[in-house]
Formats: sequence, structure tokens, C-alpha cells
Amino acid sequence: MNKIKFATVWLAGCSGCHMSFLDMDEWLIELAKYVDVVYSPVGCDLKEYPEDVDVCLVEGGVANEDNLELIRLVRKRTKTLISFGDCAVTANVPAMRNMLGGSEPVLKRGYLELADETPQLPNEPGIVPELLDRVLPVHEVIPVDIFMPGCPPDAARIRATIEPLLKGESPKMEGRAMIKFG
Amino acid sequence: MSVRTLTINNIPVAIEEGATILEAAKEAGVTIPTLCHLEGVSDVGACRLCLVEVENINKLLPACVTQVTEEMVVHTNTPKLQEYRRMAVELIFAEGNHVCAICVANGNCELQDAAIQVGMDHTRFPYRFPDRHVDVSHSQFGIDHNRCILCTRCIRVCNEIEGAHVWDVAQRGENCYIASGLSQPWGEVEACTSCGKCVDACPTGAIFRKGTTSAEKQRDRAKLEFVVNAREKQEWTR
Repeated sequence: MNKIKFATVWLAGCSGCHMSFLDMDEWLIELAKYVDVVYSPVGCDLKEYPEDVDVCLVEGGVANEDNLELIRLVRKRTKTLISFGDCAVTANVPAMRNMLGGSEPVLKRGYLELADETPQLPNEPGIVPELLDRVLPVHEVIPVDIFMPGCPPDAARIRATIEPLLKGESPKMEGRAMIKFG
Repeated sequence: MSVRTLTINNIPVAIEEGATILEAAKEAGVTIPTLCHLEGVSDVGACRLCLVEVENINKLLPACVTQVTEEMVVHTNTPKLQEYRRMAVELIFAEGNHVCAICVANGNCELQDAAIQVGMDHTRFPYRFPDRHVDVSHSQFGIDHNRCILCTRCIRVCNEIEGAHVWDVAQRGENCYIASGLSQPWGEVEACTSCGKCVDACPTGAIFRKGTTSAEKQRDRAKLEFVVNAREKQEWTR
């Protein structure tokens, strides 16, 4: 049997969704029978997102140039892309900086106004990625196939989303157990 | 008093003249989603969740403020209505700053419930991220305008049940907000009796008791019902 090429990526989020993924505990061993983890901050050491990925969970909103580049590459190379958790679906807590308007006031607030010592703006072109003006939910940047809200989605919801995909079916994203935000 | 007969989703209903489609639906055992409607106070048709289709009328009508007429044929759950309802909820989410994860009402929020009810797994409209404020000048309560959906329940309970009329809508269009007093900080409004009815009426976490944190908001909706029953039916025990 050909294994499903499975990936997870982490954009602007707290990694809580990935922690919740690990909460699936012993079912991860079952999952490993069906999938090859080809890219993931918690399951794989590869640094380059590979070609022909079947399923990818995307945690986090799109907050900087790095996120933007990665998510575009992920979309190009992935069949089924899942917005994984509230930050991916709504931009959530990372997007609370959007109310300050633009990246400049955000950086000034964080690095100058609230700094205790030697206030300075971070500036390492090519190393520290530039912030986008607004943090965006993933689907405002690229098309998304499945939305899995939750902050974080609990292990049962993650499993109920992934399990049908292993059989070539679509998960039913409805009802409190599957789509409650927060 | 004359009676009107009509059908709702092919169920025949007879109800007194002057009743609304929402009341008739309740009578027929048909649930219509609502958000701004609150038992015991007047209806305003602000949220558009209760829109229904009436045969031979080519626009959608809000069930909470539309009176029944003789031989009216009402449909409450057509694919068209389901789509419009979902859009209405998506627009509410995109309009304000609703961050469920850090909200006092998480898990106990009628907007969150409405999203589940209409099957919203994301919003198709771009988020606006408006610059809104939080007023915690009152000694016991706070109002976070980021979470406000302008349902005006607070205005109506304060005016119609408490009789204090602390709240009103200020500005217009996208700049609308719930103002206390003459657009003063809430804590400076002498008319406020600190009764807390607005906290109980608020469907989201916009009006809250100070000291409550994420997912801790409780509402005593029964208190509002009790006051209304006491007044209207002279039932003074709870």
C-alpha cells in the first residue's frame, strides 16, 4: 500500500495546535501505519517542504514574509490543505496586533515604547523576516480545502478530521464537536 | 380578538392577530435561529438571523418583527435562507474583533452557538479589525466594544425592564457603537443602577462582570424572565 504523504506546518501560532496533535497519544502509532511524515516541526527533520504532499495541517496565521513564502509553496505542493486551529482559520490572537494598524506601529510599540533598556527596532535583512502589515487567516492568502477551528482543536476533533482522509473520504465539519471556535 | 391561520413549513398554525411569525413558529414547534431577540423585551430585527421566506413576497422578512397575516405561507429553512443566515453570522464575525480563545464568554456565547448552528467553519469575508475600545470605568462591570455585535439587547433591557435607559446607539454605519449616558464613561453615568441586567442580556462577552476571565462568564437569564413575569403575570416568586 502506498502511504499518504503527510505534513504539518507552523506559521504565526503558539504551537498549541501541534501540542494538541501530540495529544492523540497512541493513535499516532496507528496513524504512522498510513502516513509518511514528510515535513513537520514535531515529526520530521527535513528543512525543505517536499513535492507531492497529500495532506498538510497548517497551524497559524500569515504574519511575515517567511510565512507568506512557505504557505505559497505549501499550497503549490499539497493536494489537501487544512487550516488547523483558530489562528489559521481566523488569524485569532496573532491578529490582535492588526488593530494597531500596520507593522510599523506594532514594532514601535513592542520594541521602543515598551522597551526597558536600549530600545531599538530589529533589523537584520535576509535573516529576520519582515512583518506583513496585517496578520491574515490562511484562506485570505491561498485557497484552503478544509477548515478545522478550535484554540486548540482537541485531539478528538483532529482525529475525526484526519481519519476519513486516510480512507479517501471527506470529514464532516459540522456541530459543536467539530467547528466550535475558541 | 380575531385569529389568523397560516402555514409554517407546511404546518398549519392558528394564532391571535398581531402575533409575529416568530411567535407563530414557536406555537408550531418550529425553531427559527435568533440572536438579537430576547424574551421579555421588544424586538428590533437587528441581527437578520430570523429571516424567513413568505410566498408571494419577493424579499426576505425578519420573523421577529413581521406580523402574521391570514393564509400566509412561510418557509423558515430553505437552502437560500440557510445561506443568508450563514452569511449574516460570518459578517458579524468579520465586522468586530471576536477572539473566542481569550473571551470571557467562550463556551457560553450565543454568537459562538449561532456559528455552530449555521455551520460556519470560517468566514468568507475579510476581517475588518476595527479600532474599538474597552470601558472599565464602572466599579462592577466592563464593556468591551470589540466583542459587541450591536444587537441592542442591553439598550432594551435597561430601558424597558430596569427603566434607567443608560444605553443607546451612537454614530451610524460602521462607526456605530453602544454609548453609555451622553457618551460618557460608564462609571460616570448617574442613571446606572448597577443592576447587571445588561450583563445577563448580552449574548457575547461584550458586557461582563469585572474579575471574570476567559470562559468564566455566567448569565442569570432567569432573572430577566422573573422580572418580566412578575410585571406581566403578577408572578412574584421565583
